Amino acid sequence: MRHGVARFVTGFLALPVGLYLFYVVWPFLQAAGYSLTDWGGYSDRQQFVGLENYVRLFTDELIRKAFWHNVFFLVTVPLFTIALALFLAFLLNVGGREDKAGIRGVFGSGLYKVIFFFPQVLSLVVIAVMWQQIYRADGQGLINGVLMKIGLVDQDDPITFMYDPEPFLGVPAVLWWLLVIAVWSGAGFYMVLFSAAMQSIPKDIYEAAILDGAGRFHTFFRITLPLLRDTVSVAWVYLGFIALDMFALVYIMTPSQGGPNHASEIFASVINFNAFQKGQFGYACAIAVALAIFTILLAALQLRITRRERIEY
Amino acid sequence: MSVNPDLNRRTLLRRAAAAGLLVTPAAGLLSACAGSTPSPSDDNTGAKSNDNPFGVQENSAVKVVIFNGGLGDAWAKEDQAVFSAKHGSVTVNMSSTQKIKTEEQPKMATTPSDLIMNSGADLMDLSTLVNEGAIEPLDDLLAAPAWDSEGTVADSLLPGTVSDGTFQGKFFVVYVAFTVWGNWYNGALFSKEGWEPPKSFEEFFALAPKIKAKGIAPYVYDAVHGYYPRWALMASIWKSAGKQAVVDIDNLKENAWRAEGVLPALEQWEKVVKDKLVLPGRLDHTQSQQAWLDGKAAFIQVGTWLKNEMAATIPPGFEMKLSDYWTVSAADKAPKDVFAGAGEGFVVPSKAPNKAAAKEFLRAVLSKAGSAKFAELTKSLASTKGSGDNVDDPALATANELMKNAGQDLVSVKLWDFYADLDKESQNLSQELMAGRLTAAQFVDKMQAAADKVAKDSSITKQTRNA
Repeated sequence: MRHGVARFVTGFLALPVGLYLFYVVWPFLQAAGYSLTDWGGYSDRQQFVGLENYVRLFTDELIRKAFWHNVFFLVTVPLFTIALALFLAFLLNVGGREDKAGIRGVFGSGLYKVIFFFPQVLSLVVIAVMWQQIYRADGQGLINGVLMKIGLVDQDDPITFMYDPEPFLGVPAVLWWLLVIAVWSGAGFYMVLFSAAMQSIPKDIYEAAILDGAGRFHTFFRITLPLLRDTVSVAWVYLGFIALDMFALVYIMTPSQGGPNHASEIFASVINFNAFQKGQFGYACAIAVALAIFTILLAALQLRITRRERIEY
Repeated sequence: MSVNPDLNRRTLLRRAAAAGLLVTPAAGLLSACAGSTPSPSDDNTGAKSNDNPFGVQENSAVKVVIFNGGLGDAWAKEDQAVFSAKHGSVTVNMSSTQKIKTEEQPKMATTPSDLIMNSGADLMDLSTLVNEGAIEPLDDLLAAPAWDSEGTVADSLLPGTVSDGTFQGKFFVVYVAFTVWGNWYNGALFSKEGWEPPKSFEEFFALAPKIKAKGIAPYVYDAVHGYYPRWALMASIWKSAGKQAVVDIDNLKENAWRAEGVLPALEQWEKVVKDKLVLPGRLDHTQSQQAWLDGKAAFIQVGTWLKNEMAATIPPGFEMKLSDYWTVSAADKAPKDVFAGAGEGFVVPSKAPNKAAAKEFLRAVLSKAGSAKFAELTKSLASTKGSGDNVDDPALATANELMKNAGQDLVSVKLWDFYADLDKESQNLSQELMAGRLTAAQFVDKMQAAADKVAKDSSITKQTRNA
């Protein structure tokens, strides 16, 4: 019986695993191979150059810039997205008034859930194109238009959003504006994730806490957050991946795909430039491999740090 | 409370996260780099004759990819008709797209299309294509007899077309459009107000306050694509510092950016920005062109594809007129040279299965019949001589007139075709200068530093131009 099951499972898995190996794992290995060559991308000529591409990577100023911009997103995207998603999820699930029916969300929370989740069903490209209109840098942009009408922004000096490299808290403004979009589009999904996790927390814990006189602040930080630790930790890892990508937004929205003047350059835009504009696929693959290693290490570290005794209920 | 030893929430989440690793951003980027082993193409050709100089095989098929940008793709269908009239048995599979590189680059090393119009923002880097041996030299096309006129194909082309398409001594890129760049204005508005289109920056700065007084911004440009303002900057540099200065810049000569005349040209643009003569905001090409059509700005700097690109929204009574870039000072070395050149280039991939038919198709594109249709449909000149002779269009007429009064040389810059790094850097710095974040002197310093860096970088193949 037991080995019959094994054969049954193998039979089912052979095809998908085969496809996966061929279309996903094999290209990865190929890319790693190309990273040791000087392949240009348009021909079948390539020379083995060893680790030269990797050595060059460490002296590349643009990579250094891109690295810090990715670090910025790595810190801010998970932080703000999780904070906003937790806040919304708390309000929608346990933030309302308590009455005879027990703990509940704020009035109309069912509707809000749909609204907050909505960005998730849009493709990132659609989101970027939509925000181009919101961020449009003249009187016809949504934000500029409204602010000009009420006199908060000078007609002759509109907010330039994607074209503004001036540092705010030491980080180019364009990155902050991109962050707004990333958080806006990501918060809805994690709100639903946290909502589901919150609903699995037994209500009697909350009721006991309220009986003991805990306010909203304390129920959130003493009960909800600790019990959501696992979910938040996974969300953090996923958002870390998103923060290391950010390619679609940068590519579609910023001038010169990483501008103005490299102010929004990220790993992916540097890879894109080296591979597809400069025709140095070997070097671009080396950057991609380095990024992959960096991502995996980061995820492992993250899961390691947050590992601790679980609470069962 | 129960504890399931096999699978609990903790391990489930951990496993989910581990699975997530396999869909990381890096994963997508990694697989983007992957390719496959190409197979050599066997190029079958049939019998060659004067009427069929490349030996196109009957009953073969040729795949043509058209860039569907500012010029549209209707003209290409006319060329297909010209081609098919002579080679009825050859199947032409024509498609049009704006994503040339996205769609064609992955196929270049294996089974590319036969003929690709490599144009637009998403084009394949030309110097890479040449260096990688990915495209075919087309010198035999130049030497072939012209489709429907006397002499060879080379004889039938406008000056500059062959040299613009030549890399490392060989002719690789067949530019089919002939573009004239300059400052556009609304003739109706100018005659109504009694304004004279300025010839020099001095005249522009004198006229600007009058334009501003009417509530119109004197100037607007595409602030999203750095190559738009860069045309204007390079045209001013050429007029002021002369041809040799730009040739030196393209050849990465030491201190080329510090040559006499370069800085004064850029200082004029610095003044345009500092005096707030530019329409506020950051608009892209169509937005800025629409703002100009809506009468929000007096001048816009762009090429002759403008009329076709904006055809749907030109207001009635609007007279599109083209004037030359403004001269910089009395000391200008080449004040009369016009920024014009062949654009919209076709390339034939080295691994294309039907190169003979691709070249023959190009011969049809460059024919008198084909190029006349091109000019008629796009309101732009073709790179074949005489294409616009029978087209009655005021915008095209001003471009024609500009060409007639032009100096001995055409402004042409190779820098951005030669080096992707300098292409990007010059676009970025042009945007910074026009945004008022760089002075002309800083622009020169940064460009010089970027040029020196490329000159020293041994991983970059160097190119030179003589003329």
